[in-house]
Amino acid sequence: MMARKPIEPGLWILFSVGGVVAAMFVPVLLFLFGFAYPLGWLPSPSHTHLVALVGHPLVRILLFIVCTLCLLHAAHRFRYTLYDGLQLQHLQELIVLFCYGVALVGSLAAGVVLWQFG
Amino acid sequence: MTSERNRYTEFRPRWYRPRMSTWWWLKRWSSVAFILRELSSIFIAWFIYFFLRLVHALGRGDAAYREFLAWTASPGILALNGITFAFVLFHAVTWFNLAPQAMVVHLGGRRLPGAFVAGANYVAWVLATAFVLWIVGR
Amino acid sequence: MVDRITIEVARYRPEKEAEPSFQAYEVPCRKDWVILDGLNHIKDFLDGTLSFRWSCRMGVCGSCGMTVNGEPKLTCATFLADYAPGPVRIEPLRNFPVIRDVIVDIGDFMQKLSAVKPWIIRDEEKPLAEGEYRQTPEQLDEYKQFSMCINCMLCYSACPVYGLDPEFIGPAAIALAQRYNLDSRDQGARQRREILSKHVGIWSCTFVGECTKVCPKHVDPAGAIQRYKLSSALEWVKDFVMPWHGQ
Repeated sequence: MMARKPIEPGLWILFSVGGVVAAMFVPVLLFLFGFAYPLGWLPSPSHTHLVALVGHPLVRILLFIVCTLCLLHAAHRFRYTLYDGLQLQHLQELIVLFCYGVALVGSLAAGVVLWQFG
Repeated sequence: MTSERNRYTEFRPRWYRPRMSTWWWLKRWSSVAFILRELSSIFIAWFIYFFLRLVHALGRGDAAYREFLAWTASPGILALNGITFAFVLFHAVTWFNLAPQAMVVHLGGRRLPGAFVAGANYVAWVLATAFVLWIVGR
Repeated sequence: MVDRITIEVARYRPEKEAEPSFQAYEVPCRKDWVILDGLNHIKDFLDGTLSFRWSCRMGVCGSCGMTVNGEPKLTCATFLADYAPGPVRIEPLRNFPVIRDVIVDIGDFMQKLSAVKPWIIRDEEKPLAEGEYRQTPEQLDEYKQFSMCINCMLCYSACPVYGLDPEFIGPAAIALAQRYNLDSRDQGARQRREILSKHVGIWSCTFVGECTKVCPKHVDPAGAIQRYKLSSALEWVKDFVMPWHGQ
């Protein structure tokens, strides 16, 4: 008799890798595009350069992976916050659907945006 | 699963079971910090949305990119991103500081002290930051 | 003239009342006294009806855990004078049902503890003639920290996940499972895996970390849990990629 294959370890792996990716790359990216370039603390790179950078297929694949991992990390963490914070364990199925669902929709959107780039 | 079924008799009187309040986490600083750490997830999600708007604007041309930067500089978005930045930093720092507890590293048969594991994470963070600064800024 | 301090103890007498209440007692505050000494003074001289658990009075039996001014503590290892001028508030350990006064039911923990099979499991015992199982100091260090657990349940009291979901297997049980999983003499990791990998096993834990903070023996149950999450996740990947392994 085969026990149902657990999915929780897989979700935790995605959460962990996403957490590392978010911790490593989000601060600097937010600093640059949220403050440094808009407020002129640093000269913004030319539009041409940025387009060439993001346009590169490898970069777009990497950005897609980064976005997906960060969204899945956030979804997993938020799901457990709803359990711990609002004590909503009884709505488990709904919460799981909502959290990972939004993350997957976001990943899809990321894929579309990056695919259509340029 | 509790140890016994609830049959309260004269010689087996009622146990007291207080319910945990929804605001349990407000009672101490460490749990407030914990909930804030968990809520950083919302701000990570916001950043991804922000980043995708950036990529989309880049793709639509120089004027759209300038417009995006102007939108980012507006006071509302600046404030939101300021809060986001604080939460993102909080996520990063708590993540790296907790890494040694999750990952025990053995080198040459001996266990590496926790500070090394955390330190290695911070070094990687600096390198990742430097890499992004270089590749975006040149 | 010895200083005095007020101890407010939670009283719960189910035969008389539906809810707990507090009763204040004034006890001497000697500088070498611990909270337990104060409670024993109350029981010996002031109010013999006060009920509480204690045993070794030296921090190895795990019996005297209570909530002291909101924090889970071993009352035999917490000095009364540290709370001067007081008052000191003594309540039962949080997250457990209260039987009477500051005595809580620990049956749930005992059941979870035996569920993780906290003993050396061997596929086959070595015959006596082959001598003892030998272990290097490094192999001992792998699990020694987790073997320090005295089952005092302060970690369960501090864990918000356990408070919110009593099905959660809890910090000490997982730490003790790890104590055996990481013991080089043990071969039972696979047997423990089933109960630990359930959703109310390790996956309910959100690494709050309070358990490690309150542990009087520095066991670091939070670390034990995260390490098990990692090894369990890697096992899961192996099962996925190589389903035939381990069969």
